[in-house]
Amino acid sequence: MHCTTIALKNHWGVCMKYIIAIIKPHKLDPVREALTALGVSGMTVTEVKGFGRQKGQTEIYRGAEYATNMVPKVKIEVACASDQAPAVIEAIQHAAETGAIGDGKIFEFELAGALRIRTGDTNETAL
Amino acid sequence: MSKTLKFLGAVGTTMFAALPAFAQEAVEKAADGPIKAPTAEQMAGMVDKGDTTWMLISSALVLLMSVPALALFYGGLVRTKNMLSLLMQVFMIVSIAALVWVSWGYSLAFTSGTPFIGGFSKLFLQGVDATTVAATFSNNVYIPEYAFVAFQMTFACITPALIVGAFAERIKFTPLMLFVVAWLTIVYFPIAHMVWYWAGPDFLVDAPTDTGYLWGMGALDFAGGTVVHINAGIAGLVGCIMIGKRVGYGKEATPPHSLTMTMIGASLLWVGWFGFNAGSNLEANGLAALAFLNTFVATAAAAVAWCLIEQFHHGKPSLLGAVTGAVAGLVAITPASGFASPMTSILLGFAASGICYIFVAYVKNKLKYDDTLDVFGVHCVGGIVGAIATAIVADPALGGQGWLDYTVFPAVAGEYDMAGQMVTQIKAVVLTLLWSGIGSAILFFILDKIIGLRPTEDAEREGLDLTEHGERAYNY
Repeated sequence: MHCTTIALKNHWGVCMKYIIAIIKPHKLDPVREALTALGVSGMTVTEVKGFGRQKGQTEIYRGAEYATNMVPKVKIEVACASDQAPAVIEAIQHAAETGAIGDGKIFEFELAGALRIRTGDTNETAL
Repeated sequence: MSKTLKFLGAVGTTMFAALPAFAQEAVEKAADGPIKAPTAEQMAGMVDKGDTTWMLISSALVLLMSVPALALFYGGLVRTKNMLSLLMQVFMIVSIAALVWVSWGYSLAFTSGTPFIGGFSKLFLQGVDATTVAATFSNNVYIPEYAFVAFQMTFACITPALIVGAFAERIKFTPLMLFVVAWLTIVYFPIAHMVWYWAGPDFLVDAPTDTGYLWGMGALDFAGGTVVHINAGIAGLVGCIMIGKRVGYGKEATPPHSLTMTMIGASLLWVGWFGFNAGSNLEANGLAALAFLNTFVATAAAAVAWCLIEQFHHGKPSLLGAVTGAVAGLVAITPASGFASPMTSILLGFAASGICYIFVAYVKNKLKYDDTLDVFGVHCVGGIVGAIATAIVADPALGGQGWLDYTVFPAVAGEYDMAGQMVTQIKAVVLTLLWSGIGSAILFFILDKIIGLRPTEDAEREGLDLTEHGERAYNY
């Protein structure tokens, strides 16, 4: 059978998590600092829009009101070793929390493999 | 006086250099009357280098109002997919209007003809050269005719560009350009002639009936409340109704794509407007400074007023509100800029902001016409407020400048009748509304039948930038 995933190709046990957090845009810097302090060496950040329980906002242009359902958020993606995941999630939660509706959510996934393109390092070595 | 001279004077300009035979007589009369045929030496004293400089700078300032100011002001207010189309429309309207102006516009607007439109004597600027001059508002003071042609050209350039905001995001480029050429010819040049054409201070006494219809009636319009703003504003309203609403109007959100651009544009409009209003004095003197100051404070007052209204109405003052108010103030002070006092200008700015706010925020939504960028609500309504209020603020009893009686030398202040003046102002407003409204409707109807004004629904959804011009405003 032809192996298609990094994990199978290298016959390593997979012990990584992929964490996606949707947070308030102004909380990006505190979250980045908290994760750097934990030793997380990289992340991917995207400006996104979406909605959850937080209501949208009303914008008024020359008297014309627009209800915007989609609220701007920042999406952070972090890969880490499984044993580090609880600390990462807790750090994000504490750094991103304001206590108001709309603070966001954190999702955790199993990560099947990772590879650093430049060196070919795989899995935890590649993070 | 010679027939030739009378004719030349009657067209508002005099070819001094061509009339050496009258030189001696003119010198003798110089002390006690208008110099109708000056010597070269006298002419040197009658055309002031300061005035000429000011008029050339003012002309450049008014060009700044169209490109880039108006283009950015409008462009920032549309969606990203139509940004470039607005920039392109304004830029090309200015270019085309400039060519139309020197080809037949100047002649139709500023030569003697009927009270409603000028003649063809200066087609392609024939007879105009570096030695011919144009009258100002003072006896025996002239500016180079080329400076006058250039200054008035910038007005002909910006006026049709103002119209496009009313039907922004849903007009094809080519029919719009054709509309501009036709509209200038049958609407703008006649109105400019009716309001601004007269024989000049030194020749009016010899040709008291050789004026534009509204000028002869005594209508006051210092810098173009009727000619520019009411004229363009009503054309925009007619256009937006005849072309119809944008696809998705009222259902899809159409917020401005860049209020930063809009703020830059509005601010540059304010700067350029000093050329528009203070330049309309045609001389660099105290009255130009008055128009300058009035333009400054009326605009500031209108911006403050709009923000206060929003603060009370919505709880937040908006940038778009501030700049919209400022433009409403600029429009309203335009006809009054050389007649009002600074304090009455402030009141005019407040009033214009409030009335325009009602039209922009309520009347438009109530009547459900899709005036995309509020050309009617700001320019036409603001222009009407300004034109009518001019009758009040021009009253010398309120610190205004009144009007000058040029039938005596030197010109003296005429007796001011506020009620009578207001009736005259209202007549001028109504005539402009009807002339431009009906003329524009006819042009839109014909162009729509021949080539169609509106892009296809798919093209409109995709955006005019790509479908009309094959470009995007932003590539990132």
